[in-house]
Amino acid sequence: MASLKDLKMRIESVKGTRKITKAMQMVAAAKLRRAQEAAEAARPFADRMNVVMGNLAGASAGSESAPKLLAGTGRDDVHLLIVATSERGLCGGFNSSIAKKARVDAEKLLAAGKTVKILTVGKKGREQMKREFAEHMIDHVDMSEVKRLGYSNAQDIANDVMARFNAGEFDVATIYYSEFKSVIAQIPTALQLIPAKFEADEQAEAPFYDYEPGKEEILADLLPRALTTSVFAALLENAASEQGARMSAMDNATRNAGEMIDKLTIQYNRSRQAAITNELIEIISGAEAL
Amino acid sequence: MATMQFDLVSPERKLASLEASEVQIPGSEGDFTAMADHSPVLTTLRPGVLTVKAGSDVSEYIVTGGFVEVSPKATSVLAEQAVPKAEASADFVNGLIADAEAAAKNVSGPDLDVANKRISDTRALLDLI
Repeated sequence: MASLKDLKMRIESVKGTRKITKAMQMVAAAKLRRAQEAAEAARPFADRMNVVMGNLAGASAGSESAPKLLAGTGRDDVHLLIVATSERGLCGGFNSSIAKKARVDAEKLLAAGKTVKILTVGKKGREQMKREFAEHMIDHVDMSEVKRLGYSNAQDIANDVMARFNAGEFDVATIYYSEFKSVIAQIPTALQLIPAKFEADEQAEAPFYDYEPGKEEILADLLPRALTTSVFAALLENAASEQGARMSAMDNATRNAGEMIDKLTIQYNRSRQAAITNELIEIISGAEAL
Repeated sequence: MATMQFDLVSPERKLASLEASEVQIPGSEGDFTAMADHSPVLTTLRPGVLTVKAGSDVSEYIVTGGFVEVSPKATSVLAEQAVPKAEASADFVNGLIADAEAAAKNVSGPDLDVANKRISDTRALLDLI
């Protein structure tokens, strides 16, 4: 049985923990709002880009001169997995669920005899992927210095990926990130970047555009931008998901701490009462003995 | 005067969305002005100044790359980077030039021509602000 003093200290320490988790939850809530706004603001650009790319890509699909970024290399032997996670922990299953999805896919690819290369964005994902796939890791992008996620961050990653693609380092690139559905639901998602896939809107009849310069030049010009936009959108989704996951994780932690405090307080009061009763019994039996 | 919907979006945010009477666009093949009932055009942008006129209001933006979609009813500009001209400083443009020069270092062949054009287009911006 823990002494009264020990219990008291225990309660104080759990109270301290609760304060921290509560504060983290509120910080995450504020950051989540900002991240959501950023994701919201980026949507019009990404949507229009996808519509236009869908039209352009649909038209040039199958033609022999289609750019490699769209048509692929014609092989699918070497896969690049871009695993985008957060820099910080304490956000529930956020990082593990992304890493798990990537791991499952990587194992599948390896079992099928493909070569797997892994590029990680964010420290937490690297730690998790390193355990099993250390020999497959080719590079890591450190985002810990990034205060506010900008388009240029996505551009750096996309340029690096495209340079590797042009150097023939891989055939297929897939980015792993977490799609933000709500504060309690973030869905780990895999999105194929190269060869690029665009959903052509079949219903909407494409107007007869004049293309200036030609259609293919525009496609070649826009593909890298579309790729960057996809990476940017994934990073933004990830940022919102991270904060959402942290918020609900910290909410849980705060609640658990509260329950623990209640339990400990009851235990503390019981032992205190027991001690008092004991003393009384001693006094009374002492008095009776006289 | 007939107007059309005008949208200017960058990857990070929506900069403008209004009814405009005419838009002057720095297209990669030359400048042109889009007005209501313009025939549909899809073109890429070069670094330059985009001018939007809505009645007597005129707003100007510095844009880098991207593309424009013109249809009879609407003009959408998707710029890689866009800032209101009033907010753009020489430092900002110098930064763009540095970016363009850095991009030109790693390319060759026909891509080098594209990169050099980007540098000269960006340099020209210095005179405009």
